[in-house]
Amino acid sequence: MNTKEIYGIYDDDHVLLDAVKTIRKKGINIKEAYTPFPVHGLDNALGIKYSRLPYVAFGFGALGTLTAFLMQYYMLVIDWPVNIGGKPHFALPSFVPIMFELTVLFASFSIVGAFLVSNGLYPGKEAKLIDPRQTSDRFVLVIDTPDNQEDIENVKNLLKNTGAITIKEEEKESNKKEVAHA
Amino acid sequence: MTESPIREPLVTGKKSYAQVTDDVLKPIVSAPSKEWWFAFLISATVMMVGLGCMTYTVFTGIGTWGLNKTVGWAFDITNFVFWVGIGHAGTLISAILLLFRQGWRQSINRAAEAMTIFAVICAAIFPGLHMGRPWLAFWVLPLPNTHGPLWVNFNSPLLWDVFAISTYFSVSLIFWYTGLIPDLGLVRDKVTNPIQKKIYSILSFGWTGSARAWHRFEITSLVLAGLATPLVLSVHTIVSFDFATSVIPGWHTTIFPPYFVAGAIFSGFGMVLTLMIITREVLDLKNYITDGHMDAMCKIVIATGSMVGLAYTTEFFIAWYSGSIYERFTFINRAFGPYWWAYWAMFTCNVFSPQIMWIKSIRSNMKLVFIISLLVNVGMWFERYVIIVTSLHRDFLPSSWQMYYPTWVEWGTMIGVFGIFFTLFLLFARLLPVIAIAEVKSIMKVSSDEAKEKNTHSYASGELNVNVAHSPDNQKF
Repeated sequence: MNTKEIYGIYDDDHVLLDAVKTIRKKGINIKEAYTPFPVHGLDNALGIKYSRLPYVAFGFGALGTLTAFLMQYYMLVIDWPVNIGGKPHFALPSFVPIMFELTVLFASFSIVGAFLVSNGLYPGKEAKLIDPRQTSDRFVLVIDTPDNQEDIENVKNLLKNTGAITIKEEEKESNKKEVAHA
Repeated sequence: MTESPIREPLVTGKKSYAQVTDDVLKPIVSAPSKEWWFAFLISATVMMVGLGCMTYTVFTGIGTWGLNKTVGWAFDITNFVFWVGIGHAGTLISAILLLFRQGWRQSINRAAEAMTIFAVICAAIFPGLHMGRPWLAFWVLPLPNTHGPLWVNFNSPLLWDVFAISTYFSVSLIFWYTGLIPDLGLVRDKVTNPIQKKIYSILSFGWTGSARAWHRFEITSLVLAGLATPLVLSVHTIVSFDFATSVIPGWHTTIFPPYFVAGAIFSGFGMVLTLMIITREVLDLKNYITDGHMDAMCKIVIATGSMVGLAYTTEFFIAWYSGSIYERFTFINRAFGPYWWAYWAMFTCNVFSPQIMWIKSIRSNMKLVFIISLLVNVGMWFERYVIIVTSLHRDFLPSSWQMYYPTWVEWGTMIGVFGIFFTLFLLFARLLPVIAIAEVKSIMKVSSDEAKEKNTHSYASGELNVNVAHSPDNQKF
């Protein structure tokens, strides 16, 4: 297998979006795109499937509700029922605020956690940048280098015709020694 | 993808993406200005005064405050509610306006959310101090203990507050930080000092901006906004329960939750205006936080100020209409009793002063807006003071009626907390991007000076190419 990747670097989000559509129409697979900001419609154009993160939030949110209910029920009704002015021990309405708060708390922390895990982000992780300006004003497309020379030229020409300002061919990130954000 | 050329652009001055980066990161990469040091030293000094008073309180006891048998809490709870309220505008901007797809929130949401976090920190100081023994603060949590275990009372609104405020703080913090990650990545790639680079590299979690990461980022932001919206409403509702579930005349009313939430957003926008007018001037960000932004915020202040005014008058009416003599007395005592000056200070600042902003020329005069924003802050502080002290100082038993006078320790703590707030905000303005750079860039193609010009041109020449396939995010003002 080839160990290289082709990078097309663009300087405008609309040009990039059109480029992605053109390239994919030719049946060429775009491995990844890097942009300095969320380009609207890029996820659709790249065919990225809608993330399942909201399900995580929902599941943990429900767990939060349940945790809060069971905690209050155990502490106030089972473990140590306190007589407060003769009111019922199991006073559901006054359990509601904390059930709501823990729902939000669990859901928020779980979705942020899942967001970090699914992107492989963690404190101190080294960022592997293809272009030092890709977080500011450069847009990068990554395409696996095809096996024969003719296809490589085709891909490069295609990138150029769709408006890429720089085209690079380099070792794959996974095979590269760390160059980091030079 | 295009919007009407008549609408005011959200980013002015024909900026390229690189220029946006440079403009917003300028305070981070350059050395602090004299003005910054000046402001920082003043607020740090004020902060030290506050810390001194807090230390004195903790070592000597709550007796250093002016509380008495009748007025059992006053400055502490006033300041607590005041600061929590300030925080609410930040969440409104970062969450509720995101759900409503208000593009103009993009350039102010970072700073407003930071304000929220600092305000909640300030708020938390007061109940902590009022405990008298802050090192036992963990007793408010339902932790197993050697007394049985004897659990906390989940039927008490004060405990709901513990959960509400800590959830609010932590959720605001992660919401804010998640939004910061891409911009921290940008700072990392922009700074040259190796120590700075290392620090921002750790903080940015290795962000590279892949399309998949952005996709997840946007979904996460949306879900967090959806969660933070009911959260922020619940927080001030629960704060109002601290009063509303008691049987004290003037507190025991069902109007409290919506009234408190409206008041919180009102005071918060007052503070956002105060901070933004200074920030955009000092950090030279007028192309991003434009006059249009100021105008929109002024309109929110008018709207919420009117709601608050409506609540004040409704309360008064209902006090009479209820037929309860205690309720009637409390309200007449509020407006015409010994604390009449506090009541009318509140009424003038909150109800009358924002109304003059109906006039466009006043809304666009930043000096006047700045003064009004300060008045709103003062008025909302007085609102809490009036609600709390006037309801307490003359209770059911006339023999125990008493006036409440704050001591120098309480004044010092209150002023010192403003010092903490501004010190934190100044550090934030120095060390982190004040504007959500990525979010601003994402609306530039739609609503910058340059985009407007292009669109006008295509309107004129009749070759308008409206691409609506991916434009959910473009309605504003």
